[in-house]
Order: sequence, then structure tokens, then C-alpha cells
Amino acid sequence: MINAVGAPQSLLLLGGTSDIALAIARRYARSGLRVVLAARPSDRRTAAASDLASLGCNVTEVDLDARDHESHAATIEQAFAGGDIDIAVIAFGLLGDPERAWRDPDLALELAEVNYTAPVHLGVLLGQRMQAQAHGWIVALSSVAGERVRRSNFVYGSTKAGLDGFFLGLGEALRDYGVRVLVVRPGFVKSKMTTGLDEVPLSVTPDQVADAVVDAIKAKRELVWVPGPLRVVMSGLRHVPRPLFRKLPL
Amino acid sequence: MSDEAVPAIKPSLPEEQPMIPQPLVELHGWGRASGTMSHLAQIDSVADAVSALRRSDNRGVVPRGLGRSYGDAAQNAGGTALDLTKMNRILSLNASSEPATVTVQAGVSLDLLMRALLPFGLWVPVLPGTRQVTVGGAIAADVHGKNHHTQGSFGNHVRSLDLLMADGEVRTVTPDGGTEALFWATIGGMGLTGAILSATVALQRAETAYFTVDTHRATDIDDLMQQMSVGDENYTYSVGWFDAVTKGRHMGRAVLTRGNKASLAELPLKLRRDPLKFVAPSLGTLPEIFPNRMINKATAKAFSTAWYLKAPKHRTGELQNITQFFHPLDMVAEWNRVYGPNGFLQYQFVVPFQEAEVFQRCLEMIVNSGHLSCLNVLKRFGPGNPSPLSFPMPGWTLTVDLPIEEGLDKLCDALDTEVVGAGGRVYLAKDSRLSAATFRQMYPRLDEFLAVRREVDPTGMFNSDIDRRLELSNRTSGGAA
Repeated sequence: MINAVGAPQSLLLLGGTSDIALAIARRYARSGLRVVLAARPSDRRTAAASDLASLGCNVTEVDLDARDHESHAATIEQAFAGGDIDIAVIAFGLLGDPERAWRDPDLALELAEVNYTAPVHLGVLLGQRMQAQAHGWIVALSSVAGERVRRSNFVYGSTKAGLDGFFLGLGEALRDYGVRVLVVRPGFVKSKMTTGLDEVPLSVTPDQVADAVVDAIKAKRELVWVPGPLRVVMSGLRHVPRPLFRKLPL
Repeated sequence: MSDEAVPAIKPSLPEEQPMIPQPLVELHGWGRASGTMSHLAQIDSVADAVSALRRSDNRGVVPRGLGRSYGDAAQNAGGTALDLTKMNRILSLNASSEPATVTVQAGVSLDLLMRALLPFGLWVPVLPGTRQVTVGGAIAADVHGKNHHTQGSFGNHVRSLDLLMADGEVRTVTPDGGTEALFWATIGGMGLTGAILSATVALQRAETAYFTVDTHRATDIDDLMQQMSVGDENYTYSVGWFDAVTKGRHMGRAVLTRGNKASLAELPLKLRRDPLKFVAPSLGTLPEIFPNRMINKATAKAFSTAWYLKAPKHRTGELQNITQFFHPLDMVAEWNRVYGPNGFLQYQFVVPFQEAEVFQRCLEMIVNSGHLSCLNVLKRFGPGNPSPLSFPMPGWTLTVDLPIEEGLDKLCDALDTEVVGAGGRVYLAKDSRLSAATFRQMYPRLDEFLAVRREVDPTGMFNSDIDRRLELSNRTSGGAA
């Protein structure tokens, strides 16, 4: 249960090795916090588990393979084996080389599956569990790339647009059951996913995204941009006419 | 027909009833800070309670009364809360026995009970800060009042209980005679051993419904504790309000109010005509219009100063009525709305008498924290009772009301550390934020409670949010044998 001062008792990180997911877990970390790390087995996962354990968390590792849809039900089953989950974060995702992605059907399919199909499938499974326990939060990591899809990374952007819409809708559907969904739209995040890419203005760190998530849950908000001013920027960009938008260096 | 052919139907159980889906409603405690959605089952009879128990799924049931516990004790996310407030009949009164006893259904409020008993010259032995609690809730939280140092908590006065158990049977339990383990686990057991359906309570006699009250101001916290230590035993009722906003020399300045039941001879002639009159004025209901931060530096300082200065420096023998003496807040319905939509929490702890230094350090931490509390109560407890989860123990107890704001978690965690270090504890009826691990350190007899629960409710039928948060059940118990 999330207590009266906003501290959760349990976290589920789907994509448990993502920089943002781990930054969120570190924000909430305290003695006795139960954390379920769902990710592919790897040294990174082991390291993340021991990092959180050193902060006093009780960590369980669970296998998650985003592209193996058959395995998702078992992953969620194991994730809830220790009791209710207060906050579930869907943080896995794939950026891919944008110019390859729209030419290579296999890569395009992989992006669609990892960034959209798998979150939807897991989102439905999570929704069922959350509906039954009638409390808790689902946090979905979307992106401003999905808010107005750009030529420069439209395969990735389109998957995030789909994810964004699904989780906003799931939030509406679960409201009456006491479950909240938070959709997070970060701009450029300096993380392992973007290593090697040029930084852009208004870029943020995983820690800043984590702060925004913690604040949004405390304030019971359901949609948040990171950094905050991106909301205004995107609001403008959404309405730029297509011929002009094409010419912008985005 | 042979005996074997008779199916084993328990006569108290109704036939299986069709599923009536109950809508989810948001339930929260008096602090309004951590609401969740539960199915609220209206219970009008024992049969209703049994069938609600039968229909519940693995999220289970929890009894709920008037919702005055501050935290998450009477809510059950995804499961069922049994609304027992309609089970509000007084079943029998034995006024001539010594002591007099009354048997009531669990949903009878102390307000209703007092109004019914006063004409007989009978008095409810323990009254918490509000009359708007049910007898069932008073037992489940083992509430205390201003007379704890002389007369103990509510559970000390309960003679027997009818408990609806997880197996659907109603069992009568008493403080002795073989059922004492279940009886005492139920006292202070937060409704998790079963649903209290009715209770027999020993009563006191009263010649009047008035109190002779002595009021003293104390210039600081040392003065207050000194005055209480010396004089408390001369009074049945004693409580101190202190200023938790003012820092420096006057830190902990306080108003000490102590009194005894007034005898008929102590009333002026005018009041003697109707000495048992129940005076309960109402100033109305607070509307839902208050923003967060209504309690801010300016309002808290003004309130605290006014409260201190309006009290006389020294006055003895003043006559006060029930509401003045016990329940001034009952004059305003829904007063918790003043804290705004974010809600508030009440932090009440006790530390043993020999840890007075820790007690004062906690008070300083609160005053210096910048978190503002107006309703601050200080009291000396007498001996505790045999219940494993009952709150009172001999020592100093302090209560503060704190609006939910940034950094409050840090303050409370720091207070927990001091309280645990001193061998003290936090009151479950007020709590909305303890962690399971800290709770376990505060209540070393938790395993006794868990053992009783394992025996009477092996599948975890009784369940609540506080149960899940503090791991009070067998299914999620962390580290229990």
C-alpha cells in the first residue's frame, strides 16, 4: 500500500535494467521496500538488484522477454507472487537506427513489438491485476517523439504514439477501480539508450525523469512532460502546418 | 432417516445467496490521506454479515464503523468492508448489577450509548476524543481517554464479545475461561480476528453529567510534565494541551485540564433539576471548501496563542458539561476538512516514564521541524492491558495533527527512530504511514497476535489495507514464525 505520506511498499520495474526505472527505484528506496526487477537475465540485472539491495530493498528478479508474448502472463504472475504491487513501471524500449528502421522490415517489426505490442499486452495483464487489487499506479514511459511524429525518427515515434494513446485510455478505464495510470513524456534523455547521439536542448537525465515521476504520483497527475517546459514547446509544435514542420531542423 | 443422511448445515448460516455485485467506493480514514476502493457491504443483521463473508473473494473482508480511525484500518482495497453502523441496537441493560452492564450491537456509537445510559445514571467508562465512534471500533482500536491513568482503556471494561469468525460461526469470547487469547487479540486487533457483532461492557455510575474541572497554565514543557507527575493521581481525568508552534523560551507552554465527575451536591440549584442532561450543542458541519495549507504559520500561531491565552492561569472547581470537557471537536461535524484535499495525519506515540528525555526531544523535533500542529495532546498513561496489540503502556503519550506536506515523512521516520529506541510505540488507530519493519520493532508481541490469527483465520478471510501495509496477516507476514 502507498502510505499517507506517499511511500510505496512495492515496485515492479518492467524493463528493470533501464536507467529511468532504476532511478525511480532509487528515489523510493528505503528499508523494506519490495522491488521486483523484470528484465532479461544479465549481469546488468544482477548489478541493479544488488545496488537496490544495498539501499535496503528486498529485490526479486523475474525474467521478462518483451518479444516473447507467450511468456508475459507468467512474468506478471511471478511479479505479483509476493503480494500487491503499488507502482508498476513500464520502462523498456528500443530506439533503433532511425534511417535503418524504416527500410529494414525486421527492425521496424522489432521496434513495433518491443515499444508497442509488448507494452499493450503487458498493460492489459497488469490492468487485470491492478483492477483486482483496486489500488496502485501504472507508469508508462512514453516520449515527446510520439506527440508529433517527426520524419527524423518516425518508426520509433509512431510506436510511442501508440503506447501513449493506449495508456492514457487504460488510465480512463481503470479510474473507477481505484487504479491510476501515469503517462510520462520525456524529451531527450541522456541514458544508455541514447549513448553516442548528439544532445539537444532541453535534454534531461534519468534522475530528472525519476523526480518528475515521483512528484506526479504524489500530486496524482496522469500525464507529465520532462522537463516541464516541453509541454509548451510540444503544444506549439503540434499545430505547426506540415509544410513548415518539414523544414524545421528537428 | 439415519443420522448420516442429515447434511451438516450450521443453523446460523443462511442458504447460499446469489452474487449481488457491490460497486467500489472510495474509503479513507479520518485523515483523508490514503483512500482506496472497497466494496461496501451494508450489514443489517448477523445473516447479512455471514453472507457477505461467504461471498467475499481472496481480498477478504474488514469490519467498518464510523470511519474515525485516522489511517487505513477500516478499508480493504479490492475487497469488502462490512458497514456495521446499522447494527446499532442496544440489546440489554442490567442496571441493578454491580457493576451495571450493557450489551450492545457493534454499530452502536458512544454518542447513542451515552444518551441512552445517562437517564439511568450510568456512564460509559472510557471516552476517546470523539463520541462518534462505534463500540466495535472502540474495542478493535482499544481506545483510551483522559482517564487512562486511573481506569485503563476500553478493552479493560469489556466483559464479553460475540465475534463472527472466518469460518462463519459466531463465537462468544471472554477475558477468561479458555477464550482469553482470542479475546485479548481482538481487543486492539483492528478487526482482523473477526467481526465484533455485539459486546457486553461494564458501566460506571454517575450522579450528574457534569465535571468539576481544574485548569492550570504551564509555562513550558518541563513545568507541564512536573505538574502532571505530581497531581494526576488526584483526578480521574487529566489531559494537557500544548503549543507546538512557539519556539524558544515558551516552547511547550501548555494548558492542563483535570477533573472529576461532579456529585449532585456540587451542582448549583439550577442544574440540579436535570443533573443528567446530555449537553451536546452543534455548531454545524464544516463545508468542503478548504484549500491545502489552510493550516499555515499565521493561522497556527494565532490559534495556538489564542488557545493558550484564553485559558485561565489557575482556576479550580469550574463546572463543565460533557461536550466542553470531553468532546469540544464534536461540536463541528467533518472538522477534518479544514486540512484540505491532501489530508493530514495524526502522530501519537508513547514512551515509558523513564524515557522522559526522549519524549522532550521528540517534542522539540516537532516544534523545530516547521510542520505545524494545532491539536496537541499530552497525557500520562497508566498500566496497559493483556492485549498484544493494545497501544497504552505506562508512560508519556503525545499526539500531534500534521497536515500532509513535503518532508513530513522524514520527520515521522526520525520520530519513529527515537520512539523505537526508547521502547515506545505508535498508536495503530492513528497510524497511516508506519512500515512493517518499524511496526514489528514497536510491538514485540506481534507474534502472539499472528499465532491467534493463524488459528482462527488460516486462509486470511479478514483483511484490510493496514493489514497489508503492516503485514499483520499470515499470508504476507514478514519473518513471522
